[in-house]
Amino acid sequence: MKKLKESGLTKEELIQAYKHVLLGRRLDERLWQLTRIGKTSFNISGQGHEVGQVAMAMAFQPEKDYFLPYYRDMTACMVWGMTAKDIMLGSLGKEDDPSSHGRQMPNHYGSKEHNIVSHSSTVSTQFPLATGVAYAAQLKKSDYVTLTATGEGSANQGEVQEAMNFAGVKKLPLIFVVENNGYAISVGTDEQYANETMAERGPAYGFPGIRVNGNDFAETYLAFKQVVEEARKGNGPALIELMVTRLTSHSADDDHSVYRTKEDLENMKKNDGLLLFEKQLIDEGYMTREEMTDIDAELKKEINKATDEAEAMPEPTADTILDQIYAD
Amino acid sequence: MAMMTYLEAIRKGIEEEMARDEKVVIFGEDVGGVKGGVFGVTQGLAEKFGDDRCFNTPLTEGLIGGLAVGLGVTGYRAIGEFQFADYILPAVNQLISEASRMRYRTKGDWIAPIVYRAPYGGGVRGGLYHSQSTEKVLFGQPGLRIVTPSSPHDAKGLIKAAIRSDDPVLFYEHKRLYRLLKEDVSDEDYVVPLDKANVVREGDDITVIGYGMVLNHALKAAETLSKEGYEAEVVDVRSLYPLDKETLVKAAKKTGKVLLVTEDNLEGSIMSEISAIIAEDALFDLDAPIKRLAGPDSPSMPYSIALEREFLVDEEKVLNAMRELAEF
Repeated sequence: MKKLKESGLTKEELIQAYKHVLLGRRLDERLWQLTRIGKTSFNISGQGHEVGQVAMAMAFQPEKDYFLPYYRDMTACMVWGMTAKDIMLGSLGKEDDPSSHGRQMPNHYGSKEHNIVSHSSTVSTQFPLATGVAYAAQLKKSDYVTLTATGEGSANQGEVQEAMNFAGVKKLPLIFVVENNGYAISVGTDEQYANETMAERGPAYGFPGIRVNGNDFAETYLAFKQVVEEARKGNGPALIELMVTRLTSHSADDDHSVYRTKEDLENMKKNDGLLLFEKQLIDEGYMTREEMTDIDAELKKEINKATDEAEAMPEPTADTILDQIYAD
Repeated sequence: MAMMTYLEAIRKGIEEEMARDEKVVIFGEDVGGVKGGVFGVTQGLAEKFGDDRCFNTPLTEGLIGGLAVGLGVTGYRAIGEFQFADYILPAVNQLISEASRMRYRTKGDWIAPIVYRAPYGGGVRGGLYHSQSTEKVLFGQPGLRIVTPSSPHDAKGLIKAAIRSDDPVLFYEHKRLYRLLKEDVSDEDYVVPLDKANVVREGDDITVIGYGMVLNHALKAAETLSKEGYEAEVVDVRSLYPLDKETLVKAAKKTGKVLLVTEDNLEGSIMSEISAIIAEDALFDLDAPIKRLAGPDSPSMPYSIALEREFLVDEEKVLNAMRELAEF
């Protein structure tokens, strides 16, 4: 793993990164609890993706760059500007949910305020959309960069190939990300694709493809920083394959102990990016264990507050079911 | 006023809107450059408005569908051309999962103002995959509008309204009508509403409802029938979805004898829904059973002349059905 120092980020920025990572983990744990006790109906998790997502998102300028996420990108969406309460409003299906105002299932992130474009559940439909958002930057002669993500199973959809092909042709300011956790629900990569890596699909479409270890904060951040800079300068798209670990079952309706070996489940815990990141921060002298414990306590309060506030918010009323189907 | 074909009227409408609003862009297979589309609808647009606003896409219909949505959410008004309505099928995911649901699933935070153009219809020796009326595939998707003009006047006004609309509009162009119809079209900046059927001919004896090529057959047949002493009310559906129920029901009640004509298969066509609406809302005003005239339930229109003729609803078939109903 690269030293955190190599990222070029300040101590404050690295501590902020840690807060994002830990918030992502703790909020997801809360969402599982709420699902188990029946307060929400569903959760799909990004545990094990958080370090990679934070390193990825911090390489962008969320105040102007666009993000078209997929369902595991909760942590990245919070770096982009969404709050724990925003996420909670979505999982509880409340009117003020900025993603869908209670209309979509949990984990379908979006925010007009923060340039996070709403996505569907039919996987990877956001890839063609992202080409349109990126082409608009060229039309406007604006230097914003667009990021879109999906999983390594969903990356096999035809629309993904169509989008990457077009992005290559038009040299779009667009970064494609495949978050590769090795499992498409229960199916391993050997049944998903024959390539050695997902990254090699980039050069096949005429742009760079880079595989990074998503548990390696500095490596991931630097890789994204490089491709984002190139895209912003007008030098075209890139594909990044973010190697991550799926620490939970696919979703609240799945049990991964059915199809993952004991050995795999044991190794998975050793690959927990959060623990590796904490060790790095301590070893390199950026933080102490006590400081981490304090942050954890603060985040717990923040999540409790977000949960209480969101729970107290009203649901959409039944008479709004036909609202906003067409323009007036 | 200027004499214009149906095709030229569509082009004129697009040209006027592109001149009026620089946010209007148009793309598709062979749409850009000097070719200007396989039927020539977009001829001259690239030269006039630049290769950024009128451009070719790779042969990727899913991409065309999603590129339009991405441009829509970033403030553009995309016109995506599907070379044939038969080729829209790979894009159905984007049209249904993304374009038609973007407004609803974000309660209006994000919108998809798009025109998807598609030449449809048979009688051009197009065989199974260049003749189809695929509008029923996308019919009944709230959030999406489907319109089709049946005259050059409507072609210009309707395409302009579709481009200005904040909704995704599927704009079906009958390819037999492209060069068959020619009439004086106003130079004025007029629009034709997207949600109104049009009573094209008034009469008291029978009501004929249709759109596209068969509507033109009905208008000619009505003149023949007039000499026999029967006057037909002829209604152009024009807004295929959502339907203008009010106009359709009123026209049905007026004569009490209704003939629904479509070039599509008999089963599951848009006429099936219109039939249900009339049965629900006008049953006690009817003097005869609702009659449908349509193509046979074969999978699409075959190539051979004999088979194509057998499939097509022509003027003679329409006249016979109208006479039969008038004499009922």
